[in-house]
This record gives sequence, C-alpha cells and structure tokens, in this order.
Amino acid sequence: MILTRRQALVLSAGAAAFALTGLRVGSAHANSDKTQKAIAEFAGGKTPQSGKITLTAPEIAENGNTVPVSVAVDSPMTEGSYVRSVMLLADGNPNPGVATFNFTPMSGSAAATTRMRLAKTQNVIAVAKMSDGSVYMDEKQVKVTIGGCGG
Amino acid sequence: MATSKPRVKVPKTASAGEVITIKTLISHEMESGQRKDKQGNPIPRKIINKFSCEFNGMPVFSCDIDPAISANPYFEFNAKVPQSGTFKFAWVDDDGSIYAHEEAIEVK
Repeated sequence: MILTRRQALVLSAGAAAFALTGLRVGSAHANSDKTQKAIAEFAGGKTPQSGKITLTAPEIAENGNTVPVSVAVDSPMTEGSYVRSVMLLADGNPNPGVATFNFTPMSGSAAATTRMRLAKTQNVIAVAKMSDGSVYMDEKQVKVTIGGCGG
Repeated sequence: MATSKPRVKVPKTASAGEVITIKTLISHEMESGQRKDKQGNPIPRKIINKFSCEFNGMPVFSCDIDPAISANPYFEFNAKVPQSGTFKFAWVDDDGSIYAHEEAIEVK
C-alpha cells in the first residue's frame, strides 16, 4: 500500500498524540513511595497546599548532569513570618532527595538557585515549610534527553 | 582535597538593609555513589553534604545536599545586609574536611 502525503500526515499526527497521552498517564502515577515519604516527613503531618512557592526548571533538559533549578517563595521574611526551609525532590532519581535549603530572616528573600542531576524525564518537586508550620508545594515536569545518574 | 577551590561573588558595597544576591561555586567531583567503574564495582559516594553562609556570626542560609546536586555545586541566594561585616562560607565534605571562604562587604 502506498500512502498519500495526506494519509501519512494523519498517521504521524495520531502517533504523536498517542505518545503524548502515554506520557501524561505516566506522570499521573509518578509520585513514588520514597517521594511521598520524604514529603510527609518534611511536612510533619500537614498537607501541602498549592501557591506561594514557585519552582523554575527547564521544560526540556538536554543534559541531565546539570539542570538549573530555582525556587522562590512569597514571604515577607521578617522575624514573625518567614520561610524556614525548602526541600527539592526529583521523583525519578534512584534517591529522590536533591537538597534542602534553610532560610532565616537574614536571607532577605526566600529564593535560591542550584544545579541538579536528573536520571531521566521526571517530575521535580519543591516543598516549602513556613515559620508558622504551613506547607506549600509546587511541581514541574522536566524532560531529559541524556540522563545524569550512573552515566 | 586541595582542588576544591571555592569561588564566591559578593557585591563590594551595599546600602544598609539592602538585599543582595550571592553566587557561590566550588569545584568538586560530587561522586554520587550510583556510578560503577570499568570493572563494575560501585564507586563510593563522595560529595559535599552541607553548605552554610553566615554574616557577622548570624546564620543567613544553609543547605543540606544530596548526591543529586551536580558536580561543582553552584548556589545562588539572597542576604540582607544591615551593617558592614564579613560573610563566612563553609562547605562540608563527606570525608569531614571543611572548605572555608570569607568575603567582606561595606555599607555606605
């Protein structure tokens, strides 16, 4: 059977759509037990809320060995109300822990940037703990073309 | 390890109460413990596991580090500068060695 140009286009579009939905289904179940445990331990029994914390990571990382990642938390950073710490997690790494940033009112603003390793395409999670005990969370998916762990 | 040389960028001057940005980088291989050598034996983990910054003895920022941080760990963060003083930085290695660095800042 010889495909016309139009048929070929329809077929490839269908394949692309299939690949995309496949990825979505994968990411919905991505939170591994280890990650859940780490978040629960860090949050100390509180359920993380959304908002206040912004995680910035590239959508596509060409090299998983150095992926720039930033977190920023909306907070006045005064003695009475500040961000105690922010935990970074990479869900698809052999160990999800990346780093925990500890802030003080002397930090001025709760923002930090670093570079991390990602083994494969996965969700990166940032959880912030405030001085009043409330917990906020943000999540981003990062597509990795070359893995960073065990290379 | 003598090759772990810290590089730190702090502004030379600031106005009182200003929030400045500090950039730090230290050369370190950050062996994750996940890799294997040519014979298939695991390479033991050797990373910097803690970084801290204090200003005139008061803690400003610190970081607990896991193997997922890239080689030559880079950290960028902010600090409030109430008066002239010295920032002290310290990186703690798995083998117990501490790499220290100081930067002075003047408030105008």
